[in-house]
Amino acid sequence: MILSRRSIILSGITVAAAGALPGFAYAAAGTPKRLVFVIQRGAADGLATVAPTGDPAFAAARRAMADETAGGAKLDAMFTLHPALAQTAGLYTGKQAHFAHAVATAYRDRSHFDGQNMLEGGGSRPYGRDDGWVGRLLTLLPAPERDAIAIAPAVPLALRGSVQVGTYAPSRLPQADADLIARLTAMYADDPLLHPLWDSAVKTQELASDIGGNNGRNGAELGKLASSLMLPADGARVMMVETGGWDTHSGQRNRLAAQLRGLDQLIGALQTGLGPAWNDTLVIVATEFGRTVEVNGTGGTDHGTASTAMLLGGGLAMGGKVSADWPGLGAAARYEGRDLKPTRNLESVIASAVAHHYALDPKRVMTTLYPDA
Amino acid sequence: MAVQYLAANRFGLGRRFDDPAMGDPKDWLIRQIGDYDPAPAAIADLAGREAIATAYAEYRDERQAMRREAKNAEMRDDDGNAVEAMRRMSRAGFRRHYGEAASARLAAAVATPTPFAERLVHFWSNHFAISADKQTVVGFAGNYENDAIRPHVMGKFSDLLSAAVHHPAMLLFLDQAQSFGPDSPFAARVRNRGKRQAPGLNENLAREIMELHTLGVRAGYTQADVTNFAKALTGLTVAGIGRGAGQRLMPADTRPGETVFVDRLHQPGALTILGKRYDQPGGRQAEAVLRDLAVHPATARHVATKLARHFTSDEPPAPLVDRLAQDFERTGGDLPSLYRTLIASPEPWTAAPTMFKSPWDWTVSMLRALKTPGLGERQNIAAMFAQLGQPVWRPGSPKGYDDMVATWAGSAALMQRVELASRIAGRIGDRADARQLAPLVLADALTPETSQAIARADSPGQGLAMLFASPAFLRR
Repeated sequence: MILSRRSIILSGITVAAAGALPGFAYAAAGTPKRLVFVIQRGAADGLATVAPTGDPAFAAARRAMADETAGGAKLDAMFTLHPALAQTAGLYTGKQAHFAHAVATAYRDRSHFDGQNMLEGGGSRPYGRDDGWVGRLLTLLPAPERDAIAIAPAVPLALRGSVQVGTYAPSRLPQADADLIARLTAMYADDPLLHPLWDSAVKTQELASDIGGNNGRNGAELGKLASSLMLPADGARVMMVETGGWDTHSGQRNRLAAQLRGLDQLIGALQTGLGPAWNDTLVIVATEFGRTVEVNGTGGTDHGTASTAMLLGGGLAMGGKVSADWPGLGAAARYEGRDLKPTRNLESVIASAVAHHYALDPKRVMTTLYPDA
Repeated sequence: MAVQYLAANRFGLGRRFDDPAMGDPKDWLIRQIGDYDPAPAAIADLAGREAIATAYAEYRDERQAMRREAKNAEMRDDDGNAVEAMRRMSRAGFRRHYGEAASARLAAAVATPTPFAERLVHFWSNHFAISADKQTVVGFAGNYENDAIRPHVMGKFSDLLSAAVHHPAMLLFLDQAQSFGPDSPFAARVRNRGKRQAPGLNENLAREIMELHTLGVRAGYTQADVTNFAKALTGLTVAGIGRGAGQRLMPADTRPGETVFVDRLHQPGALTILGKRYDQPGGRQAEAVLRDLAVHPATARHVATKLARHFTSDEPPAPLVDRLAQDFERTGGDLPSLYRTLIASPEPWTAAPTMFKSPWDWTVSMLRALKTPGLGERQNIAAMFAQLGQPVWRPGSPKGYDDMVATWAGSAALMQRVELASRIAGRIGDRADARQLAPLVLADALTPETSQAIARADSPGQGLAMLFASPAFLRR
């Protein structure tokens, strides 16, 4: 299967034909489109990432932490990007970055685990679904574009669904020998759980063998690893990258800066690694919910509601813009008096970006990705 | 059904090569409730709280001193490297406690004659999860399990909860050690001086106790309940770890690493939580809330569901959950009673092994089967489990590791197990006969296919790797 696909792409027929066809047919014919979903686990602070420095209530609410954004790129009259996001700021200037602010999923409580379940599962209530929006998106894509992988030891909820997906966790253990692999393939042949897992593991090991010692620990390495898994003609087309460490209850200033620097390098390494393919790539960065407007007693922020999502890539619909129906940060404008009020669904942000990217019917994408909405 | 295999692997941690015959599986399990030793030899020599806290304080002070030096003497590149090297050495000082405790945990699990009880230690440790991602928590992680969890797994749930919540690892992990009452005498004094922002509340611990440790998420509590509970918890802190003004309020005789209640940090006044008013003075207020949470019907159901899932499948059978929840409510959370109910229930015994062993379970059961130690003496245990995807005491979140088949049954994870089994088999495969080991280890779960595949291996080592990678051995 890998061989036949490579030969199709190398022959140039699909690529040339696809380029000549507009819209829906473009996607159906098989394109080099790539999608990366970067999840920020732990509720990233959207108010520090894309800071509403033009809101008169911002400085008062953030007090000493308001200068977190000093030196960051001015995005427009209202918003300033966190200074750690230097490469991302460059993308914004080049109309290859878009920030959707004051967004949230349908979830309104403040549990990470329920919030992440809603973000990944795309259901209308926590634990309402056991498949995820990326997994369902795969069913809309032509077979060659369904090759999906997560850089994780197990398949994250977002990728679960009817289409088999792979996982890859960099390994420093010596590889098992080919004979043992062959014997285990026979041993697992009739096991409904182990057979597909093993099949995927063996394929991935072959695919990833050239990145060897890369342990993917920091953002740049992770981005490099992700792009190396996606760049080859028979590589993955859909990728999920997990990032943790966004739960900044205390000492937010330094921790968040370090996190954002890692994210910035991850994005930079993805762009560099993908080369020209970056123009056909959409990166979605999203978190389960935001953090409180006010700083807490320990230089951090507690669980909130709305946050920011980032869209990055070479062909965005609204690159170089911050979209926000800004609710304001004054006490009366907040959600339950404490959080940034959600003014737009994260679900619709994701669905419309994905629909535009793959040139699919937006309504169909919405009902497939978020069938309970 | 493979009851012998289930008793040994679903309830236990796998058969040891030298285990005596099990006899009746249910009797074997019930005996372990009484035979359990909360302080096994393997963990006896580990450092105590004061030594751990001191090592952390030394690391912190050294790091500060080095930063100052680096600033003062405009350092050239090579000097900068020297600073970095010193920092690494110093960090190794307090990280050592984590590595030693992780090794001791594995040694205890491999050696234990009461593997059902040991599984329960791991279960509760994960239920009340701390995560050694935070530098302050790293050294305390092992001490947390050994001091707060082990002594209480055969007691009342309320005592287990209280011990977990009061341990420095939990207080530091969930930011409680630096949460102060907004109207506490301490905060008022800072405010009066007017120089800087008064320290305040952090609701992390309160939220996770309600959501994860007791009632369970969506159990009807409100944001106001969380905030009020956080206020009730103020004053509870750890001596000798945090910096800042709070430390100066510690009583003179406190030892580093000790959990203390400092009244001057506590939010004064009565509070209403879940509709009930708490007007106890000082630390007794939080204790009263904890006592009520520990026996709440929602807690009974939450604990019953998690326990039932752990011993059956992703979707625990409703009758088993009901039975355990009723038992919990009837006994006020008597844990041995729950365990007996679990053993006597049909559900854990009626399904074939379906749960996918976690990397921890799988590795422990592999090492228990081997007479020759499977790992070299210099094996870095902590690094090995990190590589296998389940770093010890480092689930990354207060929820702990998920207890679902999909959590562990990943393709990369499977390959890593095969690689580790292959490496161990390469080391000692010529000293273990997988053909003889298979009937002992897999018992009534050994299929003719697996038996045949092992017998046809091209070397003793390959046979051993195949036993540990066999479909039955991967499950529990």
